[in-house]
Amino acid sequence: MPEQIIPFIYLLYVLVLSVFLGFALINRVPPLLHTPLMSEANAICGIIIVGALVAAGSLDAHSPFTIFLGVSAVALATFNLVGGYLVTERMLKMFKSKSSSQGAKGEKK
Amino acid sequence: MNHISFINLAYIVSCALFAFGLKFLASPETARKGNWLSALGMLIAVIATLTSHEIISFQWILIGMIIGSILGALVAFRAAMTQMPEMIALLHGFGALASVFVDWSAYHSHRPDTIVVTTALYLSILIGGVTFTGSGIAWGKLSERLSGKPILFPGQMWINIAALAFVLALAVPFFMHPAYYPVFLAILGISFLLGILTVIPIGGADMPVVISVLNSYSGLVACTTGFVINNVLLIVVGSLVGANGIILSYIMCKAMNRSLGNVLFGAFAASKKKKAVGEKKEAKSASIEDAYLVLEAAHSVVVVPGYGLAVAQAQHAIRELGELLEKNGAEVRYAIHPVAGRMPGHMNVLLAEANVPYDQLVEMENINPIMDTVDVCIVIGANDTVNPAALHDKTSPIYGMPIVETFRARTVFVIKRSMASGFAGIENELFYYDNTRMIFGDAKDVAQKLVAEFKAK
Repeated sequence: MPEQIIPFIYLLYVLVLSVFLGFALINRVPPLLHTPLMSEANAICGIIIVGALVAAGSLDAHSPFTIFLGVSAVALATFNLVGGYLVTERMLKMFKSKSSSQGAKGEKK
Repeated sequence: MNHISFINLAYIVSCALFAFGLKFLASPETARKGNWLSALGMLIAVIATLTSHEIISFQWILIGMIIGSILGALVAFRAAMTQMPEMIALLHGFGALASVFVDWSAYHSHRPDTIVVTTALYLSILIGGVTFTGSGIAWGKLSERLSGKPILFPGQMWINIAALAFVLALAVPFFMHPAYYPVFLAILGISFLLGILTVIPIGGADMPVVISVLNSYSGLVACTTGFVINNVLLIVVGSLVGANGIILSYIMCKAMNRSLGNVLFGAFAASKKKKAVGEKKEAKSASIEDAYLVLEAAHSVVVVPGYGLAVAQAQHAIRELGELLEKNGAEVRYAIHPVAGRMPGHMNVLLAEANVPYDQLVEMENINPIMDTVDVCIVIGANDTVNPAALHDKTSPIYGMPIVETFRARTVFVIKRSMASGFAGIENELFYYDNTRMIFGDAKDVAQKLVAEFKAK
């Protein structure tokens, strides 16, 4: 589909190195933040939108069926990334340390 | 510089921002910044893709994005913190379905012509299908639209094996004639079925593992889709998310001392009630006033929350109690077992919502060594994660599971509705220890009464 095909072997390089990167980064996330971590992962999984955009907007999308697939994919991926980032933000906002929560005592509900 | 290089450069920036986003999640102070950086990376990727020459019409894209944004924002703002596990399950499912649709659309307009694309496509629709329906079932169970109990029926194992064997066998015709549509549809259909079949026999308390596994699947699908449509960005992000799911599954399994295979295929129910062992001891109960007197004199208090806390929505009442205890001069901490709740980190989020500062949230490994110095442990809505049988009773189904060693504290209060056993159907030895007192009642109710007691004095 793209004008320029990236050879399989390079994609494999990227795959292997990214897995190592993922392990290195995620091992450092404390259990305290595991739920936001997961919603963050959901949000970046919304990256599938780059494939969905091409599916919904390309020349190939001429039959009603491909349009349906493309639009659904765009909607689902957008749902994931918008929902994922917002819910992560909502959660992270609640994590306060002792000192900062003492300061904001007044606005508790 | 041609346009494709430009898009790929933008993708590299996005990758770097995603990596920074995860890196900043290592500490609660920087986590929010990380989330914004990651969102910025996403925005860059989307804009770069929209400039692609492959995209010639925008009206459908716009419609999809508007629908997705509105629904996503609505759900994200309306979901209560107790509903986070189901929200996450929903997102897993949608992400997987989006990948499946992208694969399908790629297949529809362009039949695979190389072995690499065919393999990637096969794996992608298989895992994507399983993840979508599996997440749907998990969502149903977590939101209690479906029973949280394992759903078992005779011959279940054989049906699962048959479905799996069939979908694997379909690989043969698919690889021989990738262009033959019915085979593609059959693989997709059976993958959907397989997702349902594998998750329905798994019970509510094992959901942390299921969610983690589905998380890694959803990453895997993004990865394979990257191979299908030849997109590096999808492969990078898919690997990051996949690694995330694998690490979390590993942590969850270790915290239950069970193998992944045992959780996914073992249907805990198999370890039936091996009960009625000898001496029937009497559990001692305590009234609210008794508890108040002990708590009032305590210098260090550790609260051990479990899923019951979420069910009873008692987090705010408990925080209030914690604050009063602190005012009274006690050191208050919250001990979090890794599998407490229905997903990794569930209890932390609930307590953070109730304004408990995160420096008071202590992990199991860090609280156990100092448990002997603790005056009072309040076990609230937790059961199996504090059962001392896991440490010494080799016949117990939970033997070997690390627990929060509450029994070593001077006094243990267990707030519980009745003497009913926990998810695993195991009697909890802790209730019969000499230093344990049961406070019967709804968690929220009891906490509020204790708060009232403190305020009255």
